Amino acid sequence: MLDIDQVIAQIDGAETLEALEALRIQYLGKQGSISGLLKTLGGMSPEQRQVEGPKIQTLREGATAAIAARKDALETAVLDARLASETIDLSLPAPTAPRGSVHPISQVMDELAEIFADLGFAVATGPEIEDDWHNFTALNMPESHPARAMHDTFYFPDRNDDGREMLLRTHTSPVQIRTMLKQGAPLRIVAPGRVYRSDSDATHTPMFHQIEGLVIDKGIHLGHLKWTLEAFLKAFFERDDIVLRLRPSYFPFTEPSVEVDVGYANAGGRRVVGGSGDAPGHAWMEVLGSGMVNRHVIEAGGIDPEEWQGFAFGIGVDRLAMLKYGMDDLRAFFDGDVRWASHYGFSALDVPTLSGGVGTPV
Amino acid sequence: MKFSLSWLKQYLETDAGIDAIAAKLNAIGLEVEGVEDPAEKLAGFRVARVLTTARHPDADKLQVLSVDTGEGGPLQVVCGAPNARAGMIGVLGLPGATVPANGMVLRKSAIRGVESNGMMCSTRELELGEDHDGIIELPDDAPVGTDFAQYHGADPVIDVAITPNRPDCMGLYGIARDVAAAGLGTLKPIEALEIEGTFPCPVEIRIEDAEGCPAFYGRVIRGVKNGPSPQWLQDRLKSAGQRPISALVDATNYVMLAYGRPAHAYDLAKLNGAIVARRAGEGESVVALNEKTYTLDAEMTVIADQSGVHDIAGIMGGARSGCGDDTTDILLEIAYFDPERIARTGRKLNLTSDARGRFERGIDPNFLDTGLAHLTKLIQTLCGGEASEVARVGAAPATPKIVHFAPSLVEKLGGVTVSPAEQQRILESLGFSVVASEEHGAPSWAVTVPGWRPDVDGAPDLVEEVVRIHGLDKVESVPLPRAEGVARPTATPAQTLERRVRRAAAARGLLEAVTWSFLPEAAAQAFAEGDLWVLANPISEDMKAMRPSLLPGLLMAARRNLDRGASSLRLFEVGRRYLRGAGGASDERLTLGLVLAGEKTPRGWATGKAAAFDAYDAKAEVVALLAEAGAPVDKLQVMGEAGPQFHPGQSATLRLGPKTVLARFGMLHPRLAKQFDVEGAVAVAEIHLDAIPARKGAASFARVSYAPPPLQAVTRDFAFLVPAALPAGDLVRVVQGADKANIVATRLFDDFRGQGVPEGQKSLALEVTLQPLEKSYKDEDLKAISEKVTAAAAKLGAVLRG
Repeated sequence: MLDIDQVIAQIDGAETLEALEALRIQYLGKQGSISGLLKTLGGMSPEQRQVEGPKIQTLREGATAAIAARKDALETAVLDARLASETIDLSLPAPTAPRGSVHPISQVMDELAEIFADLGFAVATGPEIEDDWHNFTALNMPESHPARAMHDTFYFPDRNDDGREMLLRTHTSPVQIRTMLKQGAPLRIVAPGRVYRSDSDATHTPMFHQIEGLVIDKGIHLGHLKWTLEAFLKAFFERDDIVLRLRPSYFPFTEPSVEVDVGYANAGGRRVVGGSGDAPGHAWMEVLGSGMVNRHVIEAGGIDPEEWQGFAFGIGVDRLAMLKYGMDDLRAFFDGDVRWASHYGFSALDVPTLSGGVGTPV
Repeated sequence: MKFSLSWLKQYLETDAGIDAIAAKLNAIGLEVEGVEDPAEKLAGFRVARVLTTARHPDADKLQVLSVDTGEGGPLQVVCGAPNARAGMIGVLGLPGATVPANGMVLRKSAIRGVESNGMMCSTRELELGEDHDGIIELPDDAPVGTDFAQYHGADPVIDVAITPNRPDCMGLYGIARDVAAAGLGTLKPIEALEIEGTFPCPVEIRIEDAEGCPAFYGRVIRGVKNGPSPQWLQDRLKSAGQRPISALVDATNYVMLAYGRPAHAYDLAKLNGAIVARRAGEGESVVALNEKTYTLDAEMTVIADQSGVHDIAGIMGGARSGCGDDTTDILLEIAYFDPERIARTGRKLNLTSDARGRFERGIDPNFLDTGLAHLTKLIQTLCGGEASEVARVGAAPATPKIVHFAPSLVEKLGGVTVSPAEQQRILESLGFSVVASEEHGAPSWAVTVPGWRPDVDGAPDLVEEVVRIHGLDKVESVPLPRAEGVARPTATPAQTLERRVRRAAAARGLLEAVTWSFLPEAAAQAFAEGDLWVLANPISEDMKAMRPSLLPGLLMAARRNLDRGASSLRLFEVGRRYLRGAGGASDERLTLGLVLAGEKTPRGWATGKAAAFDAYDAKAEVVALLAEAGAPVDKLQVMGEAGPQFHPGQSATLRLGPKTVLARFGMLHPRLAKQFDVEGAVAVAEIHLDAIPARKGAASFARVSYAPPPLQAVTRDFAFLVPAALPAGDLVRVVQGADKANIVATRLFDDFRGQGVPEGQKSLALEVTLQPLEKSYKDEDLKAISEKVTAAAAKLGAVLRG
């Protein structure tokens, strides 16, 4: 009779899968010694079988289990060895995908559209190559108006079929006229886009971006204008301590006209919007022009000024972007420098939403 | 408009200080651009008495002074001024003070070995005059120890931006009127002066252009003596930023600055015959006071005599008849010129002047006589002389404007409640006169507009007057009425499209650029389709023509980046391209441009050498972005004719139907690469976002119903021999269409030429995906589909490879 402990020790001592297989055949193969023992059971008396049967079964089961366990161990060792040989250096760089970006002007335009959508302003557009009637005359700036000269207009040598001089729009305000003529009253629109002035220095570029707002309705007054601008600036800068200072001013297309300053603090050479400009360490900064729409303009838009009135405002988008996101050189906006775009640009996933906050924090 | 505080106070009785006045000016719409307080510049300078003087031991020209500063013991000061002497009172700059003239900060020092505790100053050093021959000598009663700024009566200067609607505030008196109306003092009346002449005006004055010059008043003053004007006048002009010239010229400038009333003094000796206000002859020229020659036309009003033009009316006097030191007799001109004509003439001549600025905005037509009287008096005071009677030719359009005004409009438009009594007070203090009456039980006023306010012509203007003087800060915010419920979507389809492709491009690794709308003409011409829009007055030759494509601007940006050492560029821009439209208008089309330049992938440990971009990279972007834009990508055809800007063999268009080009892409033509100075392989693409068909009908959210088929799809490979020139896309398209019920996808995976493929042919291998619907395919089903595929391909000359 085989000794179970010796058999198991022999199995556990098998060094290779081949040696283990040889042992399996030796003990459990058709001609194997344990298989041979099993065959002797048939020739035994019931009493003898009662005694020998369990012993032989124990021997068979023990050997089978030991072989399985040893096989598993040996296989694991082989796999481990193979895996060890397959080691790679994961500190090597992985393939990279290029990172794109959205220009700050586009981002801020999207932010503005989001805020004004909540205030019920629809989006309107118009051509950038305008005629002088839409850009000036209809906005209460007849030909000899001194304000025309102040606009530093780019002109084309062309006239359109109505004999009007063609020019690059100096502001987004002609969209007011186009929208009034097309849609009538009441109206609540914003008109974003490129505008042009023949002006170029450290803080002015000949092309820049504006967003125009126009509300035409019944009973709209300066108080509504003030609230709208406050609500907008608070939402844009995501600060509740925005303080506005309204100053009387003059634009031919509004009456009364109001220039709007916002209070800011100087923090480490940067302007941080918030607080009253009269507070210590603070000052006022002009951010936009606005006013109640001049009745001549409402008339030019084909709307009855006796019945309808409203307000309009125009804001420089580039400056808003600079104030919010800390760029200090306007000219860099239009250079297409990829280093600048990577630094100041936004991820495609930074979609402004009211629920997530329109701004993208650092 | 700049002026000193003391000058303002000549017209305004007030105790208010500079800060209060500046704040009030801002509040009423006269924007303060700066306040210059000389007291700040003179900080640290003190009235001091020289007690003793002694020779400097080591320098002949220096003295060592002992100076009493009014506190503590005397200070030792080294001084080089020849007039320094014991007992005199002068101005001592103490250590820490900054010398206004040169910005030098004074400190205790040793001069040639002798300690000096400050500096005795000259008028030039303190920017109070030009004298630098010696130190300032103050009168004997000057109080030693006082701050010199206080003693000198330092006069702050305020710089105010005047909006173009306020000609009245281009005279200091108008500013004083506004400030007084706003409650900061009392306006002093202008003396209603009349100066009788002692002899008839000896010069004949005629108006031949009554339209351009409705009124011309003139008078001669004989026997004047010109020369420098007195200090007080020079100080005032300097505070206003004007250079004093001579008493006669300074006097006219003073009246202009004080009352906003331009006038002109001619040297009578240089006039010849009658003075005529007429139109210029076409091509007539004049040398103006700025010594430039201007060529005039028949639309321009001039003042001329028999010898020719003297004066571009209302804009600038002529060099020929200006007053000089030897002038003894003068003709004064006070005229009223038509504002529009002045504006047009000034614009045509590109000539700005103080007079033009006032005339084109509108001069008070009621101020000719008073203005002339004040000017006469001032000239007589400064230069003496005997005045003639006034020759009055024509009349200024002085019919007063009356505006009907309901005081309730202030609340309706301005959103602030101001009592009618206060409204009336404000208007009257600004010079309006109010006749109150009632209409239908509500107050209705007839408000007469003063001559100096040509800007006021309607009731809203009066609302502005009331609100700005009452205080815009008193307007309370009122929420804009809100539509019920959640805010509705507001973006236009074009805006939605623009946002979507922009973010899709950024997500694909492209960097967004915003480039100028205008280009150098040659750069624009290279991409022109028809006539360009070219500016008549560009800011530079580099910004002259409106872009007909987004690619030139992006190529220029690419070059700048490559010049800065960038190795890989993926740039895009979304914006308009500017074409010619109907009726002489523009046609501005929403476009996406992209440029891929430099390395597509850098050299890498796993990838080997750096790879360059090719036309397929451009195609990949175009197809992906068009898909995001909602274009029917699977219906697009790849066709040629991308344009002469592209490599003719490596470019294509994507079209919806034969005419509608949605995009063009490919490699940049080497000729253009050279023109734009971009090296290496450059792939470019332009997507015409405006050409993408809009969604038809109202937005619907439910998708076409779909359930994934329960049976598994199977794939079959086909390899065809086709003519080498056959576009692979054509083969894919016919195979895809061979059995629409079963074929759900066709993918080309091999394009092979060479061994085993006959010359002039190529082998294209396709993987066709078949989707069984009801039941699994049997062998005969698959055979039938294969036959359809082979038959369809055969129409293109394709032969199935064995």
